[in-house]
Amino acid sequence: MVQLTLPKNSQIRTGKTWPKPEGASNLRTFRIYRWNPDDGENPRVDTYHVDMDSCGPMVLDAIIKIKNEIDPTLTFRRSCREGICGSCAMNIDGINTLACTYGMDEIKGDVKIYPLPHMPVVKDLIPDLTHFYAQHASIMPWLETKSNTPEKEWRQSIEDREKLDGLYECVMCACCSTSCPSYWWNGDQYLGPAALLHAYRWVIDSRDEATGERLDDLHDPFKLYRCHTIMNCAKSCPKGLNPAKAIGELKKLMVERTM
Amino acid sequence: MADVNRGKRPLSPHLQVYRPQITSVMSILHRLTGIGLTLGAVLVIWWLIAAAISPEAFATADGFLTSWFGLLILVGSLWALWYHALNGIRHLVWDAGYGYELDVMEKSGWAVAGGSVVLTVLTLIVV
Repeated sequence: MVQLTLPKNSQIRTGKTWPKPEGASNLRTFRIYRWNPDDGENPRVDTYHVDMDSCGPMVLDAIIKIKNEIDPTLTFRRSCREGICGSCAMNIDGINTLACTYGMDEIKGDVKIYPLPHMPVVKDLIPDLTHFYAQHASIMPWLETKSNTPEKEWRQSIEDREKLDGLYECVMCACCSTSCPSYWWNGDQYLGPAALLHAYRWVIDSRDEATGERLDDLHDPFKLYRCHTIMNCAKSCPKGLNPAKAIGELKKLMVERTM
Repeated sequence: MADVNRGKRPLSPHLQVYRPQITSVMSILHRLTGIGLTLGAVLVIWWLIAAAISPEAFATADGFLTSWFGLLILVGSLWALWYHALNGIRHLVWDAGYGYELDVMEKSGWAVAGGSVVLTVLTLIVV
């Protein structure tokens, strides 16, 4: 359901302004969403000042520096720091992206950081992705076969393998799905760009033998057809993939198999 | 892991923080012009029904539609019609599987936005 405003317990208060580091001349202001599950209060936006002369270039460098030097309670996920694990996905400067690959030189003015949009917050910048992962699991993200297992590997021609380019690179960071207004309003039933991109990746895999069942499962007014080509997904994808195109191809296959 | 706070979690901000982009703005305008056109059609039907009822009823309906406010609504509907039609063609092209690349997407978006204004002005001049 469309709800344009935030529920009462989610409305954001002005938070604390943390002291500036001493002796620093090149300061940058960060406004970061905070929510602590233990104090019973509403979320707030805290203000931090970071000395850019002793900070790495990426947004992740800055929030790690804040955690190390200013406020150890600031909570976020991160791991690989090179855009391959997908852990540090968050809303930075109004766009969902990975903090580790997003350079602060791309941002004008204060750096505003929120958790991925329209998700239940676990703490600070950490959203609850349980439902997102369950949707991914629901599209059967594995090779389904019926014929006898070959002695060696399942073979695939170079041309068929190329069809998976632009799809297999997805790191499941959830930037795309949580950027999508359709997913915000109907995420309980609409699978969202990430799960649908994966669905298409298995549908067009030449080795997969469950194509019909996969398309049957997507033949649903909500699971697939809530995509209205808004394109926030492709604009946000930190890996440069295009889930909207994959969804368009799925819709096309749906039509083609009935013709 | 035990999770005691699942029910009370806040919802992270969405519309409040997400940056509008040409693609998303075009998309919501498509829906809004669609709704607006339905309401505009109701006005035209009112005008026609009033003409069938009596000269007085027609004078009321015609008076409203030719007032500055009525004309504003009609010009708005004219733009909405062009916008919705042009963007509808854009949707048809996507349904055929073309034009998903981000640069193409932005160009087609600006073309529809500009085209709808130009065609509205042309229609006003010609009609």
